[in-house]
Amino acid sequence: MNYDIVIIGGGPAGLAAANAAWEDGCRSICIVERDKELGGILNQCIHNGFGLHYFKEELTGPEYAGRFIEKLSATGVDVRLDAMVLEMTEEKEVHIVSSAGGYEVLQAKAVVLAMGCRERTRGAIAIPGTRPAGVFTAGTAQRYLNIEGYMVGKRVVILGSGDIGLIMARRMTLEGAKVLACVEVMPYSGGLTRNIVQCLNDFDIPLYLSHTITDIQGNGRVERVVVSEVGADRRPIPGTEMTFDCDTVLLSVGLIPENELSRAAGLEMDAHTNGPVVYENMETSLAGVFACGNVLHVHDLVDFVTDESARAGRAAAAYCAGAAHPGSRTLAVSAGNLVGYTVPQRIHMDADFKTATVFFRVRAICGKSRIVVQDETGAQLASFPRERLAPGEMENIRLPKSILDGAVGSVSVIIEEDAT
Amino acid sequence: MTNLICITCPKGCHLCVDEDNGYTVTGHSCPRGEAYGKSELLHPVRTVTSTIKIRNASIPRLPVKTDRPLPKEKLFQCMDLLDALNAVAPVHVGDILASRILDTDVNIVATKTLL
Repeated sequence: MNYDIVIIGGGPAGLAAANAAWEDGCRSICIVERDKELGGILNQCIHNGFGLHYFKEELTGPEYAGRFIEKLSATGVDVRLDAMVLEMTEEKEVHIVSSAGGYEVLQAKAVVLAMGCRERTRGAIAIPGTRPAGVFTAGTAQRYLNIEGYMVGKRVVILGSGDIGLIMARRMTLEGAKVLACVEVMPYSGGLTRNIVQCLNDFDIPLYLSHTITDIQGNGRVERVVVSEVGADRRPIPGTEMTFDCDTVLLSVGLIPENELSRAAGLEMDAHTNGPVVYENMETSLAGVFACGNVLHVHDLVDFVTDESARAGRAAAAYCAGAAHPGSRTLAVSAGNLVGYTVPQRIHMDADFKTATVFFRVRAICGKSRIVVQDETGAQLASFPRERLAPGEMENIRLPKSILDGAVGSVSVIIEEDAT
Repeated sequence: MTNLICITCPKGCHLCVDEDNGYTVTGHSCPRGEAYGKSELLHPVRTVTSTIKIRNASIPRLPVKTDRPLPKEKLFQCMDLLDALNAVAPVHVGDILASRILDTDVNIVATKTLL
């Protein structure tokens, strides 16, 4: 089977890329999705708060996904559900397997990587203790509860204050469970402030910052956990132990972009995002292969995934239509003081764009600050004021090409905190 | 004066509401924030999202929401009501599954199409 564009993943990123590529005239597109329906993780995110940027209204996850699925159904985009991609080669052969079609090879001119991410597990953070049932990643519990209709526990402790953990604290409470505590190893929450307010404070669920679970006990099922305070070095402080009698532990301890296919295809990877290195048009180090959404870097807001993925879809359509390659003159963008990473990491300076949007996260909470873009000589190219910056909230800046044209060497994004 | 964090959108503005001066809101960056600050102190409301049982569909649960925010004190009454509510496919996004619940003008609507 030959396609112009094969999109790997039918979540919000894949859907936006497909719709955008179709709008730009590409008529040979296939989405390969491993679940039985399109929509990805949005299907289990039944809470609201999606779409405020993109649709200017507040939608639930299924409603947000539904709009793109409906739009897609009016196009001629092929969708392969319940199909797993095993490999993508440098020649852009996509090897898939499904019970409906067996083993197939799709030959693409362009590939969009939209595989999303998966959750870190107990093994990834090595929590001591026994190994009873009742320890779930928050997203797994969310799927059990919201799609399959299983209640996973009655007395719950949540480790990690990422958004999924906070949302699950409220969800479990509404369904009749008692959430005893939310425990966060860092001195600040990893989730959005509004979720602390409406998911924890609304239900008087205590948030223990600078604390972690140091022991999980139970024979067969979780019976209790021990929580300890941690010092600035994030090591438990002896003598600070608290015990919670609970039957369930939910882990919301980070997400890992799912890049096995990208690595096997030899794409250049970024050690900080755990995603491919990309240019401003979302193209990876392999020409004609694009990446977008959480497989590239973990987002907080699906609205930004949609924008980013539409950009990838349009670039893939242009590539298939034989658009001139944007050339080899590139500008490297790097993360400087207090900045964890940037996406994109490179910009094609001969490409046809007016502004390049650069996403990044800061590494620590900053008060009133300026986001400064400077070149190798230290010359300041642009500055953006912010009242507050936090690692839990992805930032973005828009850089006009005219400014970048004046850069000497590479550019870096740094944070300069105002003196208080 | 009461300090609040706005939950209307992911921005999370820090609001300050002056109860003694007609609940004047400061610190908001949009009209929705101003409305939230006032309502949070006068009569707090929340949108409820949950799931109900559905038969004859590809999955056993249908996601639903209140079509407008419900008084906060009725949250758990609403959950009890949803426990007893059943749907049968086909259901379309936006379909009203229960109307004017708990003596309010709030309806329960489907948030997913299940055929």
